[in-house]
Amino acid sequence: MLSLVWLIPALPLFGAAVLLLFGKRIGEPLAGWFGSAMVAGSFVIALGVFADLASKTAEERAYTRVLWSWMPSLGVDVALLANPLSMTMVLFVTGIAALIHVFAIGYMHGDPRFSRFFTYLNLFVFSMLMLIMGDNFVLMFLGWEGVGTCSYLLISFWFERPSAATAGKKAFVVNRVGDFGLMIAMFLIFNETGSLQYHAVFRSIEANGIASSTATAICLLLFLGACGKSAQLPLYVWLPDAMEGPTPVSALIHAATMVTAGVYLMVRVHPLLELAPGVMTTIAWVGALTALFAATIATAQDDIKRVLAYSTISQLGYMFLAVGVGGNVAAIFHMVTHAFFKALMFLAAGSVIHGMHGVVVDEQNMKWMGNIKKWMPITTGTFLMGWLAISGFPPFSGFWSKDEILLDAYKENKALWVIGLITALLTAYYMTRQIILVFFGRERFATDSHADAHDAAHAPGHTPHESPVLMLFPLGVLAVLAVVGGAINQPFGGKNLAMRLEHWLDESFIPGTEIHAFVSAHGSVGSGTKLTLAVIATLCGLAGIALGASQWLTRTSPESQAKLELPLLKRAYGVDAIYSRIFEVPGRKLSEFLAFVVDRRGIDGVVNGMATLVRGGGTQLRKLQNGYVRTYALSIAGGLVALLVWAIVRTGF
Amino acid sequence: MTQAQGAVLVDKASSGPGGQWFLAVAAVLFTIGMVGLLLRRNVIVMFMCVELMLNAVNLTFVTFAKMLNDIGGQVVVFFILVVAAAEVVVGLGIIVSIFRRRKIGTTADSAVLLKG
Repeated sequence: MLSLVWLIPALPLFGAAVLLLFGKRIGEPLAGWFGSAMVAGSFVIALGVFADLASKTAEERAYTRVLWSWMPSLGVDVALLANPLSMTMVLFVTGIAALIHVFAIGYMHGDPRFSRFFTYLNLFVFSMLMLIMGDNFVLMFLGWEGVGTCSYLLISFWFERPSAATAGKKAFVVNRVGDFGLMIAMFLIFNETGSLQYHAVFRSIEANGIASSTATAICLLLFLGACGKSAQLPLYVWLPDAMEGPTPVSALIHAATMVTAGVYLMVRVHPLLELAPGVMTTIAWVGALTALFAATIATAQDDIKRVLAYSTISQLGYMFLAVGVGGNVAAIFHMVTHAFFKALMFLAAGSVIHGMHGVVVDEQNMKWMGNIKKWMPITTGTFLMGWLAISGFPPFSGFWSKDEILLDAYKENKALWVIGLITALLTAYYMTRQIILVFFGRERFATDSHADAHDAAHAPGHTPHESPVLMLFPLGVLAVLAVVGGAINQPFGGKNLAMRLEHWLDESFIPGTEIHAFVSAHGSVGSGTKLTLAVIATLCGLAGIALGASQWLTRTSPESQAKLELPLLKRAYGVDAIYSRIFEVPGRKLSEFLAFVVDRRGIDGVVNGMATLVRGGGTQLRKLQNGYVRTYALSIAGGLVALLVWAIVRTGF
Repeated sequence: MTQAQGAVLVDKASSGPGGQWFLAVAAVLFTIGMVGLLLRRNVIVMFMCVELMLNAVNLTFVTFAKMLNDIGGQVVVFFILVVAAAEVVVGLGIIVSIFRRRKIGTTADSAVLLKG
């Protein structure tokens, strides 16, 4: 199966091409099924490759398939790398993508651009797989930009809405800042090592060493790229706005897969990171602060998807915290479990939005929901699984991965660990608030006040309805994964069962070197401490749930609820306003200067000035042509005299 | 051909007036023609002045041909005569047709249609 590894990205690419050319003709349900089948096919092949790889010894688990030579002068091939890290990513990306494709068939039902949606989704999966499987920085960057483009296309998929079009542009522009860093980092790497292929770069660094200042610069710039793609401080602002896209997009791109690319990049280049301890600390702190910062904002949002968006930023912060303290395994582990439960919650939110469609005007506002469990029991059940998982309730998947990150943070720095704990508490709190607002309590969408205020949209007799099976099936699968996903790296059951992910990732080497392809956190703590830490973390989660439940079950009036939602947090600390004052206003001024002064007066001035000069000169010159023969004759005679004078003077007469 | 040889040639043909006199006559003729062209308004007279200038040039050509003992100058004169004849035909034709058609008077200043 290993030799078929090229089919993994090729199938979605083929799907995208076919859908692009014949999508309209293939038509509504079939285009979706076709796209889903391509991604599912990728998943099946990935399973086979995974099995092949797993059957080898740890030293041999790196298979590079060179498809063709791309830029020989740079030593860059189009080559796919299958190793434990990339296959872990490929498995969960294709698996979740296939489920979300199926969900989208139901969700996008009736959309006029149904097949176009699946074209973009397939293209996204292809780009993401190139990002993961590329064996060099250039191919990774190709995928990196590809997912960025698809993200842009999909955020502004409903581009008729100005807010969606703007959000797409915002995501694109903010990501450019990060990509700039990534590109400079690649230039530096090539300059330093003469190669852009991961393994060659690491081999060169091992053999020749690298100045620590250079390593620091490279790592900082790479991290800047990761910050853009993975929505970390200060480049996170695009992700909440990205919720303008259709919900399957939010689930696939802006929760489960694309936004984890930054974490993946950091883990991929960890042999470099190891040489820049200062950057590691920076990453840990940026991650921890992002986690806390986003979690506080999430406590005061009303939009069902925005809560999840800030939650995603917060959880990504967790992953960076793990990377920063050296917990690569924990980061990848949390990435996988987060992909399960966050995709689940996004899809469930999508199901709720789908069910609320036509019931209220603002179908995403949680303040108009309530008691949806009565109408959508299956969606509610699955969402609750996600809620328990993200809150770190044992033995749900989030418990294991979050616990591991907190453990690694504890080994490295107690302050980071405390921030992680507070974030865990806040996470449990805002998720509890969300489920109470959405699924429990009073049916606010049916109250007369809302019906009066929005009479036009509130058709009598319209109630929320459960989503079709097509949408519930992926929810069910993801719910199961969210519950049991922690099993891939749980610490119990002896050598064959415990810490499977860690063994799988940890034992691999970079071919031709002594460098571990993967390093988990340094230091160790006793099992007693581990247990204590786990209990503390769990208690924090439970405290958050208890706090949320006690407050939000009792506060039913908008006035009493408003007391818990600080205006500052509702405005997300006003970061957007600050950015717009710092960057947008001067940027606009600069553009206006360029447009009205430099362009209009300068460049246009030169062009128009030339025209004026020529026309003025012509006006003057035409006076010579006055039509009088004697004038012409006089000028000829004058010329003759002048020539004579010149000739006489020259000959020295 | 050097100046000294030229002087010898002039001496050999010393039966008549020297070449300088012919050149002076040509210069006078040319100046008369030019002044006439510039000062007169009558188109026919201006035309005649042009002819005068042409013939002044012809005279210099012949003179130089004689002084320098080079037949080339006389050959050029024949060309000029032929071309001048043709020019007279065309020029007079144009002048006559303009004045017939447009009835704009008889001076050159009346024909200012080509002004820019």
